Amino acid sequence: MTTAEKYVTAAYCVVFALVLLYVVIIAVKLGRLDRDVEELERRVERDSQDSGG
Amino acid sequence: MSSWAATIGGVISLRRIPLWTLALASLALVTIALVCVFYVAPNDANQGFSQRIFYFHVSIAFTAYACFACGAWGALRHLWKRDPRADLESYVCIHQGIIFGAMVLLTGSIWAKISWGHWWVWSEDELVLFLVLYLFYCAYFMLRFSLDPGPQRANLSAVYALFGVVLVPVSFAAIRLSKEFLHPRVFTLSGPRFGGWILVTYLVAQAAMLVLAYTLYRIEIVGKRLDLRLRELREVVA
Repeated sequence: MTTAEKYVTAAYCVVFALVLLYVVIIAVKLGRLDRDVEELERRVERDSQDSGG
Repeated sequence: MSSWAATIGGVISLRRIPLWTLALASLALVTIALVCVFYVAPNDANQGFSQRIFYFHVSIAFTAYACFACGAWGALRHLWKRDPRADLESYVCIHQGIIFGAMVLLTGSIWAKISWGHWWVWSEDELVLFLVLYLFYCAYFMLRFSLDPGPQRANLSAVYALFGVVLVPVSFAAIRLSKEFLHPRVFTLSGPRFGGWILVTYLVAQAAMLVLAYTLYRIEIVGKRLDLRLRELREVVA
Protein backbone atom coordinates (compact mmCIF):
# COMPACT_ATOMS: atom_id res chain seq x y z
CA MET A 1 0.00 0.00 0.00
CA THR A 2 1.42 3.41 -0.95
CA THR A 3 1.34 6.39 1.44
CA ALA A 4 -1.43 8.05 -0.61
CA GLU A 5 -3.53 4.89 -0.44
CA LYS A 6 -3.07 4.70 3.33
CA TYR A 7 -4.19 8.30 3.80
CA VAL A 8 -7.19 7.94 1.47
CA THR A 9 -8.24 4.79 3.34
CA ALA A 10 -7.81 6.65 6.65
CA ALA A 11 -10.02 9.51 5.37
CA TYR A 12 -12.84 7.15 4.40
CA CYS A 13 -12.46 5.25 7.69
CA VAL A 14 -12.81 8.54 9.59
CA VAL A 15 -16.07 9.29 7.74
CA PHE A 16 -17.36 5.78 8.40
CA ALA A 17 -16.34 5.92 12.09
CA LEU A 18 -18.03 9.28 12.66
CA VAL A 19 -21.29 8.17 11.02
CA LEU A 20 -21.16 4.92 13.00
CA LEU A 21 -20.52 6.80 16.25
CA TYR A 22 -23.47 9.08 15.52
CA VAL A 23 -25.76 6.12 14.79
CA VAL A 24 -24.63 4.38 18.01
CA ILE A 25 -25.30 7.54 20.08
CA ILE A 26 -28.77 7.91 18.52
CA ALA A 27 -29.46 4.18 19.11
CA VAL A 28 -28.48 4.54 22.80
CA LYS A 29 -30.76 7.59 23.14
CA LEU A 30 -33.67 5.79 21.46
CA GLY A 31 -33.09 2.83 23.80
CA ARG A 32 -33.33 5.18 26.78
CA LEU A 33 -36.56 6.66 25.40
CA ASP A 34 -37.96 3.18 24.96
CA ARG A 35 -37.22 2.40 28.63
CA ASP A 36 -38.82 5.71 29.65
CA VAL A 37 -41.98 4.83 27.71
CA GLU A 38 -42.16 1.45 29.44
CA GLU A 39 -41.68 3.06 32.85
CA LEU A 40 -44.40 5.59 32.08
CA GLU A 41 -46.76 2.83 30.95
CA ARG A 42 -46.16 0.93 34.19
CA ARG A 43 -46.79 4.08 36.22
CA VAL A 44 -50.04 4.84 34.35
CA GLU A 45 -51.16 1.22 34.82
CA ARG A 46 -50.34 1.33 38.54
CA ASP A 47 -52.16 4.66 38.97
CA SER A 48 -55.25 3.37 37.16
CA GLN A 49 -55.27 0.23 39.36
CA ASP A 50 -54.93 2.36 42.52
CA SER A 51 -57.78 4.65 41.49
CA GLY A 52 -59.91 1.63 40.47
CA GLY A 53 -59.30 -0.32 43.66
CA MET B 1 -44.83 30.52 -9.84
CA SER B 2 -46.25 27.06 -10.45
CA SER B 3 -42.71 25.62 -10.66
CA TRP B 4 -41.91 27.16 -7.26
CA ALA B 5 -45.07 25.66 -5.81
CA ALA B 6 -44.14 22.30 -7.32
CA THR B 7 -40.62 22.51 -5.83
CA ILE B 8 -41.95 23.39 -2.38
CA GLY B 9 -44.51 20.59 -2.72
CA GLY B 10 -41.70 18.19 -3.60
CA VAL B 11 -39.67 19.19 -0.54
CA ILE B 12 -42.69 18.83 1.73
CA SER B 13 -43.47 15.39 0.32
CA LEU B 14 -39.94 14.26 1.35
CA ARG B 15 -41.35 14.00 4.87
CA ARG B 16 -43.70 11.27 3.71
CA ILE B 17 -40.88 8.95 2.61
CA PRO B 18 -40.66 6.14 5.21
CA LEU B 19 -37.50 6.12 7.30
CA TRP B 20 -36.54 2.58 6.34
CA THR B 21 -36.72 3.54 2.63
CA LEU B 22 -34.38 6.45 3.31
CA ALA B 23 -32.00 4.25 5.29
CA LEU B 24 -31.87 1.68 2.46
CA ALA B 25 -31.39 4.43 -0.13
CA SER B 26 -28.51 5.88 1.94
CA LEU B 27 -26.84 2.49 2.25
CA ALA B 28 -27.23 1.78 -1.48
CA LEU B 29 -25.99 5.21 -2.56
CA VAL B 30 -22.98 5.19 -0.21
CA THR B 31 -22.05 1.70 -1.43
CA ILE B 32 -22.36 2.73 -5.10
CA ALA B 33 -20.36 5.89 -4.38
CA LEU B 34 -17.56 3.89 -2.72
CA VAL B 35 -17.44 1.46 -5.64
CA CYS B 36 -17.25 4.40 -8.06
CA VAL B 37 -14.55 6.14 -5.99
CA PHE B 38 -12.25 3.12 -5.71
CA TYR B 39 -12.99 1.08 -8.84
CA VAL B 40 -14.53 3.30 -11.52
CA ALA B 41 -13.08 6.82 -11.30
CA PRO B 42 -9.66 7.20 -12.94
CA ASN B 43 -6.61 8.55 -11.12
CA ASP B 44 -6.24 12.33 -11.35
CA ALA B 45 -3.38 13.40 -13.64
CA ASN B 46 -1.97 15.92 -11.13
CA GLN B 47 -2.80 14.54 -7.70
CA GLY B 48 -2.90 10.82 -8.39
CA PHE B 49 -4.65 8.51 -5.94
CA SER B 50 -4.99 11.10 -3.14
CA GLN B 51 -7.54 13.05 -5.21
CA ARG B 52 -10.07 10.30 -4.38
CA ILE B 53 -10.57 11.93 -0.96
CA PHE B 54 -12.29 14.81 -2.72
CA TYR B 55 -15.32 12.80 -3.85
CA PHE B 56 -16.46 12.61 -0.24
CA HIS B 57 -14.68 15.68 1.12
CA VAL B 58 -16.36 18.10 -1.33
CA SER B 59 -19.77 16.42 -1.18
CA ILE B 60 -19.65 16.40 2.64
CA ALA B 61 -18.71 20.10 2.61
CA PHE B 62 -21.69 20.97 0.39
CA THR B 63 -23.93 18.83 2.61
CA ALA B 64 -22.70 20.73 5.70
CA TYR B 65 -23.45 24.04 3.95
CA ALA B 66 -26.90 22.69 3.02
CA CYS B 67 -27.54 21.69 6.65
CA PHE B 68 -26.60 25.17 7.90
CA ALA B 69 -28.81 26.74 5.21
CA CYS B 70 -31.74 24.49 6.23
CA GLY B 71 -31.08 25.46 9.85
CA ALA B 72 -31.37 29.12 8.87
CA TRP B 73 -34.56 28.39 6.92
CA GLY B 74 -36.04 26.75 10.04
CA ALA B 75 -34.93 29.74 12.12
CA LEU B 76 -36.59 32.13 9.67
CA ARG B 77 -39.80 30.09 9.76
CA HIS B 78 -39.71 30.21 13.55
CA LEU B 79 -39.26 33.98 13.69
CA TRP B 80 -41.60 34.81 10.82
CA LYS B 81 -44.46 32.30 10.99
CA ARG B 82 -44.02 31.07 14.58
CA ASP B 83 -44.14 27.53 13.24
CA PRO B 84 -43.94 25.35 16.41
CA ARG B 85 -41.86 22.66 14.64
CA ALA B 86 -39.36 25.10 13.12
CA ASP B 87 -37.14 25.64 16.18
CA LEU B 88 -36.49 21.93 16.69
CA GLU B 89 -35.95 21.39 12.96
CA SER B 90 -33.48 24.27 12.83
CA TYR B 91 -31.58 22.85 15.83
CA VAL B 92 -31.38 19.35 14.33
CA CYS B 93 -30.22 20.72 10.94
CA ILE B 94 -27.42 22.67 12.63
CA HIS B 95 -26.47 19.57 14.62
CA GLN B 96 -26.19 17.66 11.34
CA GLY B 97 -24.12 20.50 9.91
CA ILE B 98 -21.70 20.22 12.84
CA ILE B 99 -21.27 16.47 12.29
CA PHE B 100 -20.67 16.89 8.57
CA GLY B 101 -18.45 19.91 9.28
CA ALA B 102 -16.25 17.75 11.53
CA MET B 103 -15.92 15.26 8.66
CA VAL B 104 -14.92 18.09 6.28
CA LEU B 105 -12.19 19.25 8.66
CA LEU B 106 -10.85 15.74 9.25
CA THR B 107 -10.88 14.57 5.61
CA GLY B 108 -9.45 17.92 4.48
CA SER B 109 -6.70 17.66 7.05
CA ILE B 110 -5.77 14.17 5.87
CA TRP B 111 -5.64 15.38 2.26
CA ALA B 112 -3.52 18.40 3.32
CA LYS B 113 -1.03 16.05 4.97
CA ILE B 114 -0.56 14.11 1.70
CA SER B 115 -0.46 17.12 -0.61
CA TRP B 116 1.05 19.92 1.47
CA GLY B 117 2.90 17.87 4.06
CA HIS B 118 1.02 19.60 6.91
CA TRP B 119 -2.19 18.71 8.75
CA TRP B 120 -3.22 22.36 8.83
CA VAL B 121 -2.00 25.57 7.17
CA TRP B 122 -3.01 28.72 9.04
CA SER B 123 -2.16 31.01 6.11
CA GLU B 124 -4.90 29.44 3.98
CA ASP B 125 -7.98 31.68 4.25
CA GLU B 126 -10.49 29.04 3.21
CA LEU B 127 -9.34 26.60 5.89
CA VAL B 128 -9.42 29.22 8.62
CA LEU B 129 -12.80 30.57 7.44
CA PHE B 130 -14.32 27.10 7.45
CA LEU B 131 -12.95 26.59 10.97
CA VAL B 132 -14.47 29.96 12.01
CA LEU B 133 -17.81 28.87 10.50
CA TYR B 134 -17.56 25.55 12.34
CA LEU B 135 -16.69 27.14 15.69
CA PHE B 136 -19.45 29.72 15.22
CA TYR B 137 -21.99 26.91 14.93
CA CYS B 138 -20.39 25.06 17.86
CA ALA B 139 -21.06 28.20 19.92
CA TYR B 140 -24.73 27.93 18.84
CA PHE B 141 -25.04 24.91 21.14
CA MET B 142 -23.37 26.77 24.01
CA LEU B 143 -25.89 29.58 23.60
CA ARG B 144 -28.86 27.23 23.24
CA PHE B 145 -28.07 25.11 26.27
CA SER B 146 -27.19 28.06 28.47
CA LEU B 147 -30.86 29.10 28.36
CA ASP B 148 -33.92 27.40 29.78
CA PRO B 149 -36.27 25.79 27.25
CA GLY B 150 -38.92 28.21 26.06
CA PRO B 151 -39.62 31.04 23.65
CA GLN B 152 -36.54 33.05 24.66
CA ARG B 153 -34.21 30.17 23.88
CA ALA B 154 -35.95 29.48 20.57
CA ASN B 155 -35.85 33.16 19.53
CA LEU B 156 -32.18 33.72 20.42
CA SER B 157 -31.14 30.45 18.76
CA ALA B 158 -33.05 31.42 15.60
CA VAL B 159 -31.40 34.84 15.40
CA TYR B 160 -27.97 33.25 15.93
CA ALA B 161 -28.64 30.64 13.21
CA LEU B 162 -29.63 33.39 10.78
CA PHE B 163 -26.41 35.32 11.47
CA GLY B 164 -24.35 32.15 10.98
CA VAL B 165 -25.66 31.39 7.52
CA VAL B 166 -24.02 34.61 6.26
CA LEU B 167 -20.67 32.89 6.83
CA VAL B 168 -21.57 30.07 4.42
CA PRO B 169 -21.15 32.06 1.15
CA VAL B 170 -18.08 33.79 2.66
CA SER B 171 -16.51 30.41 3.39
CA PHE B 172 -17.38 29.14 -0.11
CA ALA B 173 -16.12 32.31 -1.83
CA ALA B 174 -12.87 32.23 0.17
CA ILE B 175 -11.77 29.18 -1.86
CA ARG B 176 -11.96 31.36 -4.97
CA LEU B 177 -10.53 34.52 -3.43
CA SER B 178 -7.57 32.85 -1.74
CA LYS B 179 -4.21 34.32 -2.75
CA GLU B 180 -2.16 31.21 -2.10
CA PHE B 181 -4.07 29.05 -4.61
CA LEU B 182 -3.19 25.94 -2.65
CA HIS B 183 -6.75 24.71 -2.24
CA PRO B 184 -7.98 23.14 -5.50
CA ARG B 185 -10.86 24.92 -7.25
CA VAL B 186 -13.07 22.38 -8.96
CA PHE B 187 -16.20 24.48 -9.41
CA THR B 188 -15.88 27.65 -11.49
CA LEU B 189 -18.41 30.05 -13.00
CA SER B 190 -18.11 28.16 -16.29
CA GLY B 191 -18.99 24.86 -14.58
CA PRO B 192 -17.06 22.01 -12.94
CA ARG B 193 -13.45 21.54 -14.08
CA PHE B 194 -13.90 17.82 -14.57
CA GLY B 195 -16.09 15.46 -16.55
CA GLY B 196 -16.70 11.83 -17.47
CA TRP B 197 -16.50 9.29 -14.68
CA ILE B 198 -15.00 11.83 -12.27
CA LEU B 199 -18.15 13.96 -12.58
CA VAL B 200 -20.45 10.92 -12.36
CA THR B 201 -18.62 9.69 -9.23
CA TYR B 202 -18.79 13.11 -7.63
CA LEU B 203 -22.55 13.40 -8.36
CA VAL B 204 -23.23 9.93 -6.91
CA ALA B 205 -21.17 10.80 -3.80
CA GLN B 206 -23.02 14.11 -3.46
CA ALA B 207 -26.41 12.39 -3.73
CA ALA B 208 -25.26 9.77 -1.19
CA MET B 209 -24.19 12.40 1.34
CA LEU B 210 -27.39 14.44 0.95
CA VAL B 211 -29.61 11.38 1.38
CA LEU B 212 -27.50 10.18 4.33
CA ALA B 213 -27.75 13.60 6.00
CA TYR B 214 -31.52 13.67 5.47
CA THR B 215 -31.87 10.13 6.88
CA LEU B 216 -29.84 11.03 9.98
CA TYR B 217 -31.90 14.22 10.32
CA ARG B 218 -35.14 12.24 10.23
CA ILE B 219 -33.86 9.72 12.80
CA GLU B 220 -32.71 12.48 15.14
CA ILE B 221 -35.90 14.50 14.83
CA VAL B 222 -38.05 11.43 15.59
CA GLY B 223 -36.01 10.91 18.78
CA LYS B 224 -36.19 14.57 19.80
CA ARG B 225 -39.97 14.76 19.29
CA LEU B 226 -40.47 11.54 21.23
CA ASP B 227 -38.32 12.92 24.04
CA LEU B 228 -40.36 16.15 24.17
CA ARG B 229 -43.66 14.27 24.19
CA LEU B 230 -42.40 11.98 26.95
CA ARG B 231 -41.40 14.94 29.11
CA GLU B 232 -44.86 16.46 28.68
CA LEU B 233 -46.51 13.13 29.53
CA ARG B 234 -44.31 12.73 32.61
CA GLU B 235 -45.40 16.15 33.83
CA VAL B 236 -49.07 15.20 33.29
CA VAL B 237 -48.65 11.88 35.11
CA ALA B 238 -46.71 13.50 37.98
